[in-house]
Amino acid sequence: MSVTTHTPSEKLAIRRISANNTFFRVARYVGVRLLTLFITVVIGIYLTIMIANMGGYVDEIIKNQIRDSVTQSVAASPTAQQMDPEVRKKLIADRIALEEKRRGLDTPIAVRNARYLVNALQLDLGRAINLTSDAGSKQVRLIILERLPATLLLMGTSQLFLFFSSVFIALTLSRSYGSFWDKLVIALSPTSAVPPWFYGIFLILIFAAGLRVLPFGGMVDSPPPSNTFDYAVSVLKHLMLPGLSLVLSSFFLSVYNYRTFFLIYSSEDYVEMAKAKGLPTRDIERTYILRPTLPNIITNFSLLIIGLWTGALFTETVFLWPGLGRTLFQAIGLYDVPIIVGSTIIYAYMLALTVFILDFVYALVDPRVKIGE
Amino acid sequence: MNNLRTTFRKLMLYPSAMVGVLVIIALVVVAIYTMITIPYSKAITLWRGGEEVWYQNPRFAPPAWINLFSSKKYSESFAVNTKDGGITKQVIPGKDGISTVEMTYEFDFNYDYYPQEMLFYFTSNFREKQPFVSIELLTPDNRTIRIANYAIGNKFTYRFSQDQKLRTKLRAEEAIPALFSLPDSEVPLKGTYRLILTGTTFEPDSNMDVEFVFHGQVYGLAGTDHARRDLTLPLLWGVPVALAFGLMASIGASVLTMIIAAIGAWYAGWVDELIQRITEINLVLPFLAILIMIGTFYSRSIWVILGATILLSIFTGAIKGYRAVFIQVKESMYIEAAKAYGASSSRIIFLYLIPRMIPLLIPSLVQAIPAFVFLEASLAVIGLGDPVLPTWGKIIQDANSNGALYKGLYYWVLEPAILLMITGLGFAVLGFALDRIFNPRLRDV
Repeated sequence: MSVTTHTPSEKLAIRRISANNTFFRVARYVGVRLLTLFITVVIGIYLTIMIANMGGYVDEIIKNQIRDSVTQSVAASPTAQQMDPEVRKKLIADRIALEEKRRGLDTPIAVRNARYLVNALQLDLGRAINLTSDAGSKQVRLIILERLPATLLLMGTSQLFLFFSSVFIALTLSRSYGSFWDKLVIALSPTSAVPPWFYGIFLILIFAAGLRVLPFGGMVDSPPPSNTFDYAVSVLKHLMLPGLSLVLSSFFLSVYNYRTFFLIYSSEDYVEMAKAKGLPTRDIERTYILRPTLPNIITNFSLLIIGLWTGALFTETVFLWPGLGRTLFQAIGLYDVPIIVGSTIIYAYMLALTVFILDFVYALVDPRVKIGE
Repeated sequence: MNNLRTTFRKLMLYPSAMVGVLVIIALVVVAIYTMITIPYSKAITLWRGGEEVWYQNPRFAPPAWINLFSSKKYSESFAVNTKDGGITKQVIPGKDGISTVEMTYEFDFNYDYYPQEMLFYFTSNFREKQPFVSIELLTPDNRTIRIANYAIGNKFTYRFSQDQKLRTKLRAEEAIPALFSLPDSEVPLKGTYRLILTGTTFEPDSNMDVEFVFHGQVYGLAGTDHARRDLTLPLLWGVPVALAFGLMASIGASVLTMIIAAIGAWYAGWVDELIQRITEINLVLPFLAILIMIGTFYSRSIWVILGATILLSIFTGAIKGYRAVFIQVKESMYIEAAKAYGASSSRIIFLYLIPRMIPLLIPSLVQAIPAFVFLEASLAVIGLGDPVLPTWGKIIQDANSNGALYKGLYYWVLEPAILLMITGLGFAVLGFALDRIFNPRLRDV
């Protein structure tokens, strides 16, 4: 064992170098990471645009639709009926060309896709083709913003409730594993194989069709109550069934997973040691079990938060909930590419950002992790 | 083989897993039975068939067994024919080639609800002069009600509920309730009813036949839908479709995931890097939206959807898990030995690396099946199911679009839903138990 000694100035220099090293390491890491994430997003969005166009196939569908509707509207108008056939043909052709120009179908698909990609990456989401917001706007941004509160309300309440209740219950269960409740959760965890909309159908059957206590679907009574309190109560009533089905479908598996996870950590030697020292259970849970599992819990939580964005497509469709999931479904049905791409790009950015931030969060909560190593 | 036996013995310790195994065996048996008794082409023609195939069935009829749970009985459906002797037919020859055809049918009506509809389908052959028929109904209290007289062509259909004259004669808004109750009464009259059809043919070799179709309020084992289709057909055919989709998607996705993970771990370098990047891109892609887009824009064929599902499910988070284990296994002694004797890369990947992972693969494969089964049903429920195939999801979609829950036709949603649930849970409990057996870290806790 050799002991190396340094003069104070040398020590300072070493510290400066290592600080510099840390700075460079983090900076390089951040640069590379951001670049790869950005490229990932670009490729992902480009693929989505390609699929949303089906490589130009959707253009054919839309062109046919335009030809159909223009021909019909011209044929139906009384003035056109008295026209010369040649003139009428020209009128139809002009109107088709105009409509195709309005939709941008006259530029080649590759150019359009590229322009589209650049706009989307700058979060310039453009205008929807067919869908309009309830306020009448065709701006994709406004349509999305209009539907966002509904999704956030439904997903937010159900997912946050799910997260906190399952972590809390799992902690309690991991303390008393092998008990009746523990066994019950294990036995019931396969029920999470069933998707939420499916529970939704059963809940509708029981509470809406059978007992007639809660509404079948929608977000608020029609006509909506004028005073705020009644409105809130009405929304709450409509929220119950979709929210409950979302919670129900992942509750038991979620509790089971967290419980197993906590159990694995609570069988570590240092936990045994803490118990032997006679530390109170609360302290053991907080500092010896929750602390090392924190990175995982944070990951789950942040994925949950960005998962709110996509909404619950099937559940919203089954419950006619006017959220983003159902909007996306409607947009697909109407070949509304801007909305599909708009929804995807925001999700992609949020995912990339979360992945990026998580790296730093891990380093903060877990001293063993060093960024860029 | 020995491994399999020990696994099975361990599985026996989990009663829920045994239930799962039994459910799966039952489903496989039903699937094979269905495919043998109702061949694919026949199933498709039946499912896509309209009125001409399903005219004998009532609309929106719950299954007949609901009578077991109800004190008030619903009338059951039936159809009888002169050709197979269900309706007795007697031809009495007369003078000048004119003969009388007497057809009678007796049936018991002991129900508390009126039937939906009654119909006669007449067929006859003649050269010039159309045969003639008169219809009478003899009620249990011995009233004879003259229903109608008609000259019938080659084909003639008589619908009781559509007959304006009959309604006027009975002085009722609806013909059928009036026929099945005492005058000025609102309750069905129970007892034996007799239909008497007296036909007259005017040519020597002229003949006539009739089919009597009685649309009750309930039908068969599973009931019927809005298009009179017997729901046993899609319920039965839903089994092989669900099993095939779930199994193929799950096996396809997990096996391919594993192979790609093994390749990445083995070759390392840029191959590994590429696979990692593709996985990240795939995380950005909206899985459901893409499937729906393919369904809407391109094709709803179950094979296309299956292919897309598998493709999108390969590069998921699971690939990272497998990769981590493969990188560990790669350093094992036996791999070193294989390298030393000069085994090729493909030999090492497929014969040495992948077999080691099968214990890890099987539980996750079984656990993934319900998700795919439900995915197929989910797509069908939002209207993107295969337009040709009769499946469980399609039944739920039909039910939803016809407001089944709102109208109280619960059987329509419950039957496919319960089957889906049983299938999903069967695989889920088995997969869950397998997971605990193969991953000892979980078993202890």
